Amino acid sequence: MFEYCANPDTLSGLSWLSCYLTTGKHLSFYYSFGTVLILLAITAPVALAFGFGGAAMARSKATPARWFGKTYIAIVRGVPDIAFFMFFVIALDQGFEYLRHQVSCPDWDQPIRQGNDFIVCSAAKLPLSTSPQWVHEIYGFFLAVLTFAIVFGAFAANVIFGAMNAVPRAQIETAGAYGMTRRQTFWRIIVPQMWVYALPGLSNLWMVLIKATPLLFLLGVEDIVYWARELGGTKHQRFTDYPHGDWRMWYFLVLLVFYLGSTKVSEVVLDRLMRRLSRGQATAGGEALRRSAA
Amino acid sequence: MSCMQTIADYGLRSIGIGERLLPTTDFTLCQQFTLIGSGMIWNIYFGVFALAAGFLLATVVALGKASNNVWLRKPADWFIFLFRGSPLFIQFFFAYFLFLNLRSSIEFFEPFTVAWLGATIVLFLNTSAYAGEIFYGALQSIPKGESEAADAYGFSGISKFRKITWPTMMRLAWPAYTNEAIFLFHATTLVFFSGFPAWRQQGDALYYASYFADKTFNPFVPYPILAGYFIVLTLIVITLFGVINGRLNRHLPKESRPKIRYRPKILR
Repeated sequence: MFEYCANPDTLSGLSWLSCYLTTGKHLSFYYSFGTVLILLAITAPVALAFGFGGAAMARSKATPARWFGKTYIAIVRGVPDIAFFMFFVIALDQGFEYLRHQVSCPDWDQPIRQGNDFIVCSAAKLPLSTSPQWVHEIYGFFLAVLTFAIVFGAFAANVIFGAMNAVPRAQIETAGAYGMTRRQTFWRIIVPQMWVYALPGLSNLWMVLIKATPLLFLLGVEDIVYWARELGGTKHQRFTDYPHGDWRMWYFLVLLVFYLGSTKVSEVVLDRLMRRLSRGQATAGGEALRRSAA
Repeated sequence: MSCMQTIADYGLRSIGIGERLLPTTDFTLCQQFTLIGSGMIWNIYFGVFALAAGFLLATVVALGKASNNVWLRKPADWFIFLFRGSPLFIQFFFAYFLFLNLRSSIEFFEPFTVAWLGATIVLFLNTSAYAGEIFYGALQSIPKGESEAADAYGFSGISKFRKITWPTMMRLAWPAYTNEAIFLFHATTLVFFSGFPAWRQQGDALYYASYFADKTFNPFVPYPILAGYFIVLTLIVITLFGVINGRLNRHLPKESRPKIRYRPKILR
């Protein structure tokens, strides 16, 4: 990075540290914080959409849709969610490959599960074995995002379903009295008003989502946990220009601080958002705002 | 090999009793049920010990946070923020490497780097923070009248806390605390996926489940088995805590007793 880093053996103190912290691997480490933030940025809206869909289905009049919605909400209860993360990644991967297999190799006559192996034709492999490394990485990341979205979508669905039911009954009855259809009531009355009821639950979920991001490591993505273990481990003179002892503790301390910081920032932002949404609402929070203004 | 034989071989495998080698080919359903069930021993062990010890510290933390003394309140606040604001996964990693470093200089820390002690300590501190926050919330919502009535009867200091405040606090906190207990049990599955290595392949239920999923490349058998075990464990916890809840609220008419509602809160 810096010019004086050309000969690391002669360095000491701060200049050593500045060179050490700007090696290529460390840059990858810093980028992986970006990976985590990208994951959050993509997963949160997708999970919210899944949750909204699930909640809307659970309220639906059509029985199959309602069952689907309710099952989806119920799915993640009672089981450690990490089990779902481990499960969905393999299951989704195999599901996609199976579908592609059905489409691209119709005349394949062997069974797909042969003993301990899961075999699809090479044209159905995901990603194709000929594709470059970055495709593999993107695909792994995509699977992780989808897994996060499915699991957190179920929790969001639970929150949103509760929030939709919390909209005062009188509001819905009034909408009916004004001649609105079910659909109109849903979009014009329930949806705009439910957010203030959903926000405490959703902010809790956001905190949980932040704290779930280190599980990316278990899903095989090269995230901050991966790099912290990689970089922190003891380095010998023979393999690196920057030998050091076991520093993993310090790397994980950095991660700990990173997560504490994100939690703190989120708390502040979500508090503001809650104040903003409570304005003019018929809730205790809204009432408190009205009183303090008056 | 009959199923009884498998149970005899692998039933206590997770604590090192029985067959040394894990099955490597021709996995039977019986093997998967037995080994994953054997791993549950660890989940129950971590959960029970962390909860039992955490209960006491949580009470202390809650009192500290509610205290008027800054020197008690600030540390309690920070303790809760530290353990609730960061992922348990990272806490495990950090604690493991911290103990490794300490071990290299002080002999005493030798057992701390092994899961049975090290992970239990992390879980203990973690659950203390979560439960401390719950207890603090309950402490804040103790009806004013009860405290005034206690004063009127001449209770004060320790005896007031022991006979009036604490039972009411427990009563109010219990439904939420039940959920905390359930999620603590779920959190125990993280132990062997974080820094703490599984010594001689003696791991918890998820460790064996993922072992089978890796070997068979079929997630559709071991994970549902694991899920089944955990649903049973969750039901047992709910039942046990429900009994205590009934006892805490025995002075109330049946219909006005607070119900324990299972609310998913997930990962920490």
